[in-house]
Amino acid sequence: MELALFAGLALVASISGLLVIMQRHALYSALFLIITMGSLAGLYILLDAHFVWAVQVLVYAGAIMVLFLFVIMLLNLPREETPWAPRDLKRILSAIVLSVALMVELVVVVGRHFTLTPAGAAPEGFGTTQMIGRLLFSEFLFPFEITSIILLVAIVGAMVLAKKHLT
Amino acid sequence: MLEALIIMLVKVGVVFGALLLTVAYMTWIERKVIADIQVRLGPMRVGPHGLLQPIADGIKLMFKEDLIPSQVDRTLFLMAPALSIIPAFIAFAVIPFGDSTTLFGLVSKPVPLYITDINVGVLYVFGITSLGVYGIVLAGWSSNNKYSLLGGLRSSAQMISYELSMSLSVVGILLLVGSLSLVDIVKAQVGLSWWFGVLPVPNWFLFSQPLGFIIYFTCALAETNRAPFDLPEAETELVAGFHSEYSSMKFAMFFMAEYANMITASAVATTLFLGGWLGPIGPSPVWFIGKVFLLLFLFIWFRATLPRFRYDQLMTFGWKRLLPLALLNTIVTAIVAVGR
Repeated sequence: MELALFAGLALVASISGLLVIMQRHALYSALFLIITMGSLAGLYILLDAHFVWAVQVLVYAGAIMVLFLFVIMLLNLPREETPWAPRDLKRILSAIVLSVALMVELVVVVGRHFTLTPAGAAPEGFGTTQMIGRLLFSEFLFPFEITSIILLVAIVGAMVLAKKHLT
Repeated sequence: MLEALIIMLVKVGVVFGALLLTVAYMTWIERKVIADIQVRLGPMRVGPHGLLQPIADGIKLMFKEDLIPSQVDRTLFLMAPALSIIPAFIAFAVIPFGDSTTLFGLVSKPVPLYITDINVGVLYVFGITSLGVYGIVLAGWSSNNKYSLLGGLRSSAQMISYELSMSLSVVGILLLVGSLSLVDIVKAQVGLSWWFGVLPVPNWFLFSQPLGFIIYFTCALAETNRAPFDLPEAETELVAGFHSEYSSMKFAMFFMAEYANMITASAVATTLFLGGWLGPIGPSPVWFIGKVFLLLFLFIWFRATLPRFRYDQLMTFGWKRLLPLALLNTIVTAIVAVGR
C-alpha cells in the first residue's frame, strides 16, 4: 500500500516536473509546478511529517504559486510558438555532456553518503508540530534565527526596491 | 473493521449531504433575510413561503444551455469550477460537529462526530481553503475576457492579503490551547469563566480573544468574496467578474463554492471561537448547527448592510489595519500565555 502510494506520487511528481519545462505557456508551467508540489506534499504524509505537509500546501501551493500565477497573468505572457530551441548540434552535445556529468556526480555522492536501510517505525511524536517546534527552538535555534533575519532583510530590500521616492 | 468502514462512509455521506442541502437552502435563507431587511417578501411562489425555490433554481440551472465561448482556454475553463468547489467541500473533513454518540445504542462503541482528527487540523483547513483561489484565478484567466481577468487578479490579491491576518488571528488560540487539533481546541473551551470577575460566560475563546474573533470574521468575509469585500465579482464595474463567461451548472458550481466556503468559514469560527458543539443541554450537533447558522446570518446581515469597499480601501484596510491588529493580538496573547 505504502509502496504503491509512493510509486504513484513519485511518478506524478517527476512527470509533472518534466511537463513544467515542456509547456508552451508559462501559466501551464506554473500549474504543473503546483501539481509537483502537491505530490511532494503527499510524500511528506507518507513520511509521517504532517506539519511539513501543511506548510508545503499552505506556503508553496497556497501562497507562493498564487503569486506566480498573479504575475504571469499581470504580464499577460503570450503563448510561445517555438518552445524548442532550433536543433543545434553544439547545444545538444553540451546538454548531453552536462546532464551525464550531473548524473554521475549524483550517483557517486548519494551512493557514498547514503545507504538504504529499512527505516522501521517512526519514533513517538515524530513529525508533530510540538516536536518540530521543540527542535526549532533548541537544536536548530541558530539556523532558525538566521533564516528569520535573512527573510527580514529580503522584506526590507523588496520595500526599498519598490519605493520610488526614498528620502 | 467492516463496522468502522461503514461508519466512516455514513459519516462522509451525512456531512456531504448536509453541506449540499445547506448550500441549496442558504440561497433561500439569504433571499428571505435580505427581503426582510428591505421590507419585501422575497420568494413566495414556489411552495409555501418559497421553500421549494432552491430546488426549482437547481433544475433551472441544470437545464440551461451550457455555453463555452470559442476563444477560451478550454482545459482550464472546464477545470476552474471544479477547482473552486473541491477545496470548499474537503476542508470540512476535520471539523468536529458533535460529541461522540452511540446513535441510541445502534453501534457498539461511541462514534466521534468528526470525519477525521489530524494533529494539524487548523493548518489543514487554512491550507485547503487557500487552494480555492486557483479556481477563481484560472476562471478569470481562461475566459479570455478583460472583466474576468480583472476579477481574477483582484481575487488573488485580496485573498493573499487577507489570508495573513486570518492565520494570525487564530495564533492566539493556538498559543492558549497548545494544540492544532480542532477537537482539542473545542475540548479546551469546556466550562465557565468570569468575565471581568462579574459576568459568568462560557469558557469560549470569543470572550478571551474578542479581537481575534473580529479579525477572523472580517477576513472570512474577504476570503469568501462576500460583501462588503465582493470586488472580484463587483457587478457595477466588472459585469460579474471572474464568472462572467460561465453559464449553466459551471456557474452554479462557483455559486455553490462561495456558499460552501461561507459554511466552512462559519464552522471553523464556531469551532475556534464559539465552543464548537458545546452547549448546556441537549444533543451536541444541534448546538453546533445553531451556532453555524448564527454566523451565516451575520454573513447575510453584513451583505445587506454595508456598501462595497473601493479597491484601495480594501488593501489599506487589510494591510494597515487588520494585520497590525492581528500582530498585536498575537503578541499580547503570547505574553499572557507565558505569564500563566
